[in-house]
Amino acid sequence: MSTKSVAESVTTSGGKQTVDLAQQTVRELNQALHDQNNELTIAEWEVLNPKGEHNLAVGLDQKLKIDIYGPVGYYCAGMNKEADITVHGHAGQGIAENMMSGSVRVKGNASSAAGATAHGGLLVIEGDAGSRCGISMKGIDIVVKGNVGHMSCFMGQAGSLVVCGDAGDALGDSLYEVHIYVKGAVKSLGADCIEKEMRQEHLDELSALLEKAGVDEDPKAFKRYGSARQLYNFKVDNASAY
Amino acid sequence: MCGIVGLYLKNDKYQDRLGELFAPMLIAMTERGPDSAGFAVYGDEVDQGVKLTLRNEDENYDWAALAKDIEAKLNTKVDWFQNSKVAVFKVDIDAETVENYLMENHQDVLIMSSGKSIEILKEVGLPERIVNLFHLENMKGSHIIGHTRMATESAVTMAGSHPFSTGMDLCLVHNGSLSNHNRLRQELKREGIDFETENDSEVAAGYLTYRLQQGDSLNEALEHALDDLDGFFTFTIGTKDGFAVVRDPIACKPAVIAETDDYVAMASEYQALTTLPGIENAKVWEPEPSKVYVWERTTH
Repeated sequence: MSTKSVAESVTTSGGKQTVDLAQQTVRELNQALHDQNNELTIAEWEVLNPKGEHNLAVGLDQKLKIDIYGPVGYYCAGMNKEADITVHGHAGQGIAENMMSGSVRVKGNASSAAGATAHGGLLVIEGDAGSRCGISMKGIDIVVKGNVGHMSCFMGQAGSLVVCGDAGDALGDSLYEVHIYVKGAVKSLGADCIEKEMRQEHLDELSALLEKAGVDEDPKAFKRYGSARQLYNFKVDNASAY
Repeated sequence: MCGIVGLYLKNDKYQDRLGELFAPMLIAMTERGPDSAGFAVYGDEVDQGVKLTLRNEDENYDWAALAKDIEAKLNTKVDWFQNSKVAVFKVDIDAETVENYLMENHQDVLIMSSGKSIEILKEVGLPERIVNLFHLENMKGSHIIGHTRMATESAVTMAGSHPFSTGMDLCLVHNGSLSNHNRLRQELKREGIDFETENDSEVAAGYLTYRLQQGDSLNEALEHALDDLDGFFTFTIGTKDGFAVVRDPIACKPAVIAETDDYVAMASEYQALTTLPGIENAKVWEPEPSKVYVWERTTH
């Protein structure tokens, strides 16, 4: 394990860089990662002893590969662009919130609001996700190997949510155009969310998502859910209000 | 905001280290609650009579004289020790007699808790200060729950700090805010529950005391709480032999539980659990909304 400061280490290009959060601060870690934005000198990073700290590896804008060994706190990998981040542990609230591109993989469970508002990229949660998974998602693809909690995909606008386990109450409430696929039981559907026919194009899409996430499941075992488009925003008659 | 933490030992392995294991958990929640902190520790149980946690703001208060007075007037025996502004009195008669005597004759003494096992210690200031003030690290026992407060619904005072106790050996810590506490307080007052503050969390504690008085089990009382309490909450509750966690149906106040063969620990954030022994291999999960989690000791 390197005992050099991050700043010193970054100047030595090539190879894998280790940042031990028992010795360095979150701010130092994030600064070192942001320093890669303009010129990529070190592509592979590993982070040790995260101990549930918040805001790890946020706001990245470079093709980095980052492995975080241990549980992370809130907003890990938030606003991520380009980077591929793996959390070898559990994640707190808001993992990959507002992600733009790249990928985030959580080996354990994730707390609430995983992938919230995210515009793009791939989020894979190998355990369970808490409540409000994919809330207000705007283009991200989320694949959860376990269950998702209540109010998942609330006001989801674009992208896909794949749940290999069960979904909690009020799935897909006030949904716009997100495609939701659930293999297990759905405790209840939210307002305006309905089960929809699984056509070949959906089987193809789901198959591609599962493959991209490295999850071995049969697409035919899933059901599809989406917006019934009956809420106020979908009624053309309401356009006269403007 | 507020932080809550709890540690419940499933066996005797860590009983002597309860305070030492819990202190860093409380301090880890400083950012969530820097206004005041407190904890309720369960241990050193009395077989007969009652154990009271008493408090007087004067650190030189003559607790020995109070003990002698109680012994003489109530014809009983008192075993006691002082810890900062607080003294723990073990009195060999029933709780009601002692409490009534204190309320009538020693109004300068606050009764912080009453029961067989519970001791409640709390103070305004940073959690680390409270930990050191009361020598938390030396404490032993079976379970302990604590709170770090960022005040919203009432003033930053010792009395407004958590945990709240309104009944024998019962206490509660709360992260969130209740919206129907005023009405509920009035209803509970009519049922004979006493309140010391205007705090919403105290109403939740009073509600549980009321339900338990009605014959509910801890589990049933908490199921009823889900129906009758309106607002945001993650609660951790302690009783003489039990420990419970419950979240409101929306569950936007955070909570994480870790369980091993030796203990159950809960915290607002995982950061507070990282110093526990064997945490790397613990089962870690987020308690589900509207689900009552109870652990109770059947043998002691």
